[in-house]
Amino acid sequence: MDLSVMLDHLLAVGGNLLVLALMLPVASLMLAFALGGRHAERIALMTLPLGLAIAVAIAAAVLYGDAPLHTDLGGWAPPLGVALRADGLSAIMLLTTAVVMVAVGLFARADFQAPRGATETRASFAFWTLLLALWAALNAVFLGEDLFNLYVALELLTFAAIPLVCLDGRAPTLAAALRYLMFALLGSVLYLLGAALFYGAYGTLDIGQLAARIGGDDPLEPAALIAAALMTAGLAAKTALFPVHLWLPPAHAGAPAAASALLSALAVKASFFLILRIWFDVMPELLAQMAAQILAALGAAAILFGGVLALRQARLKMLIAYSTIAQLGYLFLVFPLVASPETASLAELRNAPGVWTGGVLQLVSHACAKAAMFMAAGLIAASLGHDRIQDLGGIGRALPMTLFAFGIAGLSLMGLPPSGGFMAKWLLLSAALQSGQWWWMLVILAGGLLTGAYLYRVLAPALFAQNPPPAPVKPVDRSREWVVLGLALISVLLGLVPLSAFSLIQIGRDVSGIGLP
Amino acid sequence: MSAALIVDLGLALSILGLGVWTVAARSHNGAVVGYIAYGLLVALVWVRLAAVDVALTEAAIGSGLTGLLLLGVATRLPRSARQPSPTAGRWTRLLAGVLSATVAGGLAAVVLLLPDPAPTLAPSVAANLPATGLGNPVTGVLIAFRAIDTLLESVVLVFAIIGVWSLAPKDGWGERPGWLRPAPLGSALTLLAQLLPPIGILVGIHLFWTGANAPGGAFQGGAVLAAMWVLAMIAGLTRPPAVSRRRLRLVLVIGPALFLAVGVAGIWLAGDFLAYPVAYAKPLILVIEAALTLSIAAALGLLLAGPPEAPSAAERQP
Repeated sequence: MDLSVMLDHLLAVGGNLLVLALMLPVASLMLAFALGGRHAERIALMTLPLGLAIAVAIAAAVLYGDAPLHTDLGGWAPPLGVALRADGLSAIMLLTTAVVMVAVGLFARADFQAPRGATETRASFAFWTLLLALWAALNAVFLGEDLFNLYVALELLTFAAIPLVCLDGRAPTLAAALRYLMFALLGSVLYLLGAALFYGAYGTLDIGQLAARIGGDDPLEPAALIAAALMTAGLAAKTALFPVHLWLPPAHAGAPAAASALLSALAVKASFFLILRIWFDVMPELLAQMAAQILAALGAAAILFGGVLALRQARLKMLIAYSTIAQLGYLFLVFPLVASPETASLAELRNAPGVWTGGVLQLVSHACAKAAMFMAAGLIAASLGHDRIQDLGGIGRALPMTLFAFGIAGLSLMGLPPSGGFMAKWLLLSAALQSGQWWWMLVILAGGLLTGAYLYRVLAPALFAQNPPPAPVKPVDRSREWVVLGLALISVLLGLVPLSAFSLIQIGRDVSGIGLP
Repeated sequence: MSAALIVDLGLALSILGLGVWTVAARSHNGAVVGYIAYGLLVALVWVRLAAVDVALTEAAIGSGLTGLLLLGVATRLPRSARQPSPTAGRWTRLLAGVLSATVAGGLAAVVLLLPDPAPTLAPSVAANLPATGLGNPVTGVLIAFRAIDTLLESVVLVFAIIGVWSLAPKDGWGERPGWLRPAPLGSALTLLAQLLPPIGILVGIHLFWTGANAPGGAFQGGAVLAAMWVLAMIAGLTRPPAVSRRRLRLVLVIGPALFLAVGVAGIWLAGDFLAYPVAYAKPLILVIEAALTLSIAAALGLLLAGPPEAPSAAERQP
């Protein structure tokens, strides 16, 4: 069949693709739950390629149709009903989620295989069902267009992510999971309060309708501002933005490598995505500019604080966890750069494509790089029986491929060319320069130095130490190393894609408050 | 002063008093009892606000099942942890109090600032309700207009079950939940557990059935059914099933699975996911609600029954 004919077919299916993306993991989850045993793993593994195909189809349909996909569920149009919508940004998030899910799923097979003969084991059953649960939750967040529906999506996310933290079953991981639960529930309550206030003020929960009302001629309801502030605070706690990041490092300390990869690469990005939508899709430009400075200040603090603490960690896994806090900080620098009056006043920079591309590249390349690093660290820990940084000297000779994957993922994190992280940080830097906000430039540069320093602490002895390499206790599975390397390579190759290819990000963006003439 | 105003004032003052009592109580048990009473009074407030559906849910889930869960926790804590320890200093507590008061005051101010009359979708719901064949607008919103939320909420219960079960100790997987410790047989509880369930089960089914046209529905009905099941389990008349049982797993997902299946069929039969063909809307909704009631009752009961545990030596030798 001709490609354009195929794409026309995709467009004709349109909105039902969104339903499929949301309901495939839900249906698989229920099937895996009911059948249990070794079926749970099989069903999850079969869902991986299907989910990836759907995400690719949505991205292709959005790109080809040059318009967001949209569907009113049950045929009831908002405000009475609930809509799903996928613009370019959502499509990219869905695709990133699918890619990381596939990689983590393939990686996790060795850790969570139900042993032959056993009817069912706790960790295996829980991991595979929760993997599907998390996927359903993330897709619900990225497709949601209704603030209460998004609250339900956040609840799905919370209850899928938290048991992953304590899959191991030891008491410290349980305490870490409880702490995560407290932060996540506090975040949910604040978000829900905000959603209720929006409804009380405008009588609708649909993001598009809210934007139209708020961007209209009526004066802004004071409740809307409070609502946006409450929701942002709640979502920041779920994103582990400094200073409400306290749950993230302990959560990673005892979580399985695959679970850590899912949490750091995807779970925290979902709440960030919603902060982005509130300030750029719902609230008016002027308020976004004020909020942007606060959010970016916290992001800058996260970059510096996370970097310094990563330097001081004794365990490889904790170093990567603190690095997540720092890298999440970069995402919040997008706010002042997109919403600055200088950027907005330049006609050719309307919608600030460079900043959007930079922010999205940072998000996607960090997702791939960080998942790869957590899995590489998992392989090292499984092979050596520990992950103490000071005892990793010479590991490059014992596990060359794992360390290579770790290193090139680190390249992207540091922002060295050629990598997705480099392009991301370069675009953010140049946007900071163009909009005259040089102080954010300093933060980005200092963050890069800190990242280089803490990765040097691991990589230099690992590659160049003269002492005999530590003897692996267990051999490392070659196929798992390939999965990690593949994901790390994606994060690097993103930097080689021509920027024009990222026009997908802009599709549907101009409905936002920023883009209104 | 009218009688209604006196009742409202009394309710408001009692709720504030119970709130203070719950915070200041010297023992966990006392605090939980205060909290349960508080929840029941809040349910009365919802009745006064003519939101009977919310009142039923608050009484059944907010106060009843949550209270039972908290009571269980309070009694299972080791004796040394029974008294809340004053770890926080006076200034910390003062700060927490000031912060809470600021948030409460701020929210009150914002609520007063909301437009009056409040924008509402109620007329729109009323106008579209006939297409669903239902008489209760709340059920119309939950199962038709915003069906996706209800579908996903019923899936959240499955997530929660996985989460609770994943806390099973090493050798507990596949066994029966062991959180509820049955009371000794022959106590007053046994009698209650024999007398109440026949009525309670009828009430639960009635709440689900009447939900189509009057306050009630799957969540409220399911909560009452779950309460009856838990009562029988606490009294030792029945034991929670082993979590590896295929039939149990099917009961837990039948509600959301059927909801999803009807939703998908809607794409062909009515043009949209989660749309109902007008001629069959009401029977389809009743079937979904029945399955949901069953799944919700099972899920809530099992959430209270806790993670599976290996049977103790005494249990192994009946």
